[in-house]
Amino acid sequence: MTTATRHMGRLLPVVAIVGASAFVLAGCSGSADNGTTGDDSAAAKSDGEFSVLSQTQNTVIAGTLEALAGDQCETADETASLKVDSVDGTTWDQQLQVLAGNNALSDFGMAGGTPALMQEFIEAGLVVDLSAELDKLGVADRIVPAAESTIKALYGQDALYALPTELNIEGFWYNKQLLEDAGIEPPATWDELADAAATLQDAGVQPFVAAGKDGWPVTRLVGNYLFRSLGADALQKVADGEASLTDPEYVAAADAIAEFGSEGYFGDAAGSIDYNTAMNQFLTGDGAFFYMGSWALGNFNDSEQNKIGADNIGFLPFPAVEGGAGSADEVPANVGIPTMFTTSGWDEGSAQWLECIATGYGDTALNEFGQVTGFVVDNPPAEQSELTTTVQQVIADAPGSVLWFEAAFSPEATSVSQTNGGGLATGTLSGQEFMELVQAANG
Amino acid sequence: MQRMLSDWRAILVLLGPAFLVYTSVMLVPIFWSAGYTFFEGNAIRGFEFVGFANFIEFFQDPTAMQAVGFTIRYAIVLTLLQVTAGYGLALLYTFVLKRGGALTRTLVFFPVILPTVAVALLFSRLFEAAPATGPVNSLIILLGGPNVDWFGQPDASFWVIILMDVWRSMGFYAVLLYAGIVEIPDELIESARLDGANGWRLVRSVVLPLSLPVLLSALIFSINGTLKVFDTVVALTNGGPGTSTTPLTVYMFRTAFSFGQYGYGSTVALMLTILCLVVTVFIFRSTRRDLTKG
Repeated sequence: MTTATRHMGRLLPVVAIVGASAFVLAGCSGSADNGTTGDDSAAAKSDGEFSVLSQTQNTVIAGTLEALAGDQCETADETASLKVDSVDGTTWDQQLQVLAGNNALSDFGMAGGTPALMQEFIEAGLVVDLSAELDKLGVADRIVPAAESTIKALYGQDALYALPTELNIEGFWYNKQLLEDAGIEPPATWDELADAAATLQDAGVQPFVAAGKDGWPVTRLVGNYLFRSLGADALQKVADGEASLTDPEYVAAADAIAEFGSEGYFGDAAGSIDYNTAMNQFLTGDGAFFYMGSWALGNFNDSEQNKIGADNIGFLPFPAVEGGAGSADEVPANVGIPTMFTTSGWDEGSAQWLECIATGYGDTALNEFGQVTGFVVDNPPAEQSELTTTVQQVIADAPGSVLWFEAAFSPEATSVSQTNGGGLATGTLSGQEFMELVQAANG
Repeated sequence: MQRMLSDWRAILVLLGPAFLVYTSVMLVPIFWSAGYTFFEGNAIRGFEFVGFANFIEFFQDPTAMQAVGFTIRYAIVLTLLQVTAGYGLALLYTFVLKRGGALTRTLVFFPVILPTVAVALLFSRLFEAAPATGPVNSLIILLGGPNVDWFGQPDASFWVIILMDVWRSMGFYAVLLYAGIVEIPDELIESARLDGANGWRLVRSVVLPLSLPVLLSALIFSINGTLKVFDTVVALTNGGPGTSTTPLTVYMFRTAFSFGQYGYGSTVALMLTILCLVVTVFIFRSTRRDLTKG
């Protein structure tokens, strides 16, 4: 006992010193890393370079900028020459956080994949308020209003903090031939979709193709069911704390998807299917319905990949839920990964680039890459596929849009949702279990 | 020599640089991380002092508890299996393949030197359910069973990880334990044999007690390595399906770097350190008696 007390007596100062130094170190780090706000004055002289950070998986943004540099953006490129750096996008948000923490963000680049991260950037003053800058440059009308409102809603801001380098709608794409062979009309309601799935299953056709390994194509179904059953503000209410995902009416949405999973409608190995495999399955006729965004048009229009034929693919808006408060006209929409200008790199060169991107990006991306963007298009391509025209028509006709399941959630809840989404498709998770996990992560 | 070592300046010159490097790359980050456990935030939004809130959150977080459960289950199951398999192989090398065992030892050791990602890729192909059917599922289908989605089911994923790790590491433990067993004097074994101890009796009464020190080292080595598992899980299942195969290390990485919660991530790291410490102390304590007396 005496020895123990003596030991403690000797140990105490050591513990105290260790504790104190830990506090000092952590405290120092807080203050040191906090002052990353840059100069947001457009008057700053150009540094001669326009650095862009992009993802290796996305070649459209870098390609369009390079095309612009030799065309409409030639003057801007002379002021600040374009320098594109592409890195792997798998851990994009993590890389952005590290770069932001070290004040090393590029002048321009793809925004964080999680809206909550972008909100942090906005609050920390790291991102340029583009509403103000576009107004100053007199090109504010070059952004399509639907895209602008989607971005504003995404980040919960009144101003625009990112450019809509993509504008996508989502819904079910279906194999016309498989539905016709089974004697099924494209369903308009959820119950009709369930009946169609049962009929297809009986006929030996896999009703749905979904990338259960990636999770998000499954959780999108949960989100859209909620938008149809409870209305467009269903998930905002959860984000605001007015409702919980574990409320019975919310659990019902996850249960509806889990039921499809336990019926085996997503195939016998949905948990092992990734994005590319799912795309390949649909385009080789291995499934009838495929929930996907219009960014897949590139794959659908590519005859090398598409073995079922582009004319054989139909588009179906996410069906209505009987007695639900939402409308099937409200199209799930997103702006892909939008792009941001950083305050630390904002100067005269960046301003010139912003002006010419706003003016020319829509035309170049559509003509060179077939990418529908949120910029105004002046010269549409002379010939385009029927599917592309359908997408443009749906965007033009939509009275409103809805976001996706995780759009208003924290990064943690987004991750938990998407890593568990596959469990709904394989039937290993019930709707209740899934919603409890996501709600717990969303705090 | 004696004079030089009593000169504090000489000691400073000799040890100073190494100690400085060690302090800056090991001690400072450890204390820094320990300090973060009392803060909330990240490099972008700054830090806020929250006291013990991170620790309270840890014990109320179902995902963290699931990660603790997986980590402990994984460590116990894998340690038992890989040390047992290694010990079995070591006995095989010593008593059965005494001559000409070099080829077997090399072949069994081979997976140890393979990169984790390559082994994980191999196993993910072996157990693949879609888009292609892997050899394991092909065999099951051939025998009339269903196509099993191994990586879509929590329990199945767990056992595939265990199987992969046992295959990968048993060669290492076999060599480690073999080194301990060959040290047992031949005369002792011979005299035990003359006394009538053969087979299992010989192993239990002579070999096992005499190789206990090296077995204990292997256990501590294994339990600490398995508690800190990261690469095999990330490469094979990435913690899925859901978070069912997420160990504390992966959860720590996600909270700190994916969710931007440096404070909470550091708390998870500290908890893992404490867990390793407790387990090691427990193993030491439970084998405190004189090992040579069996």
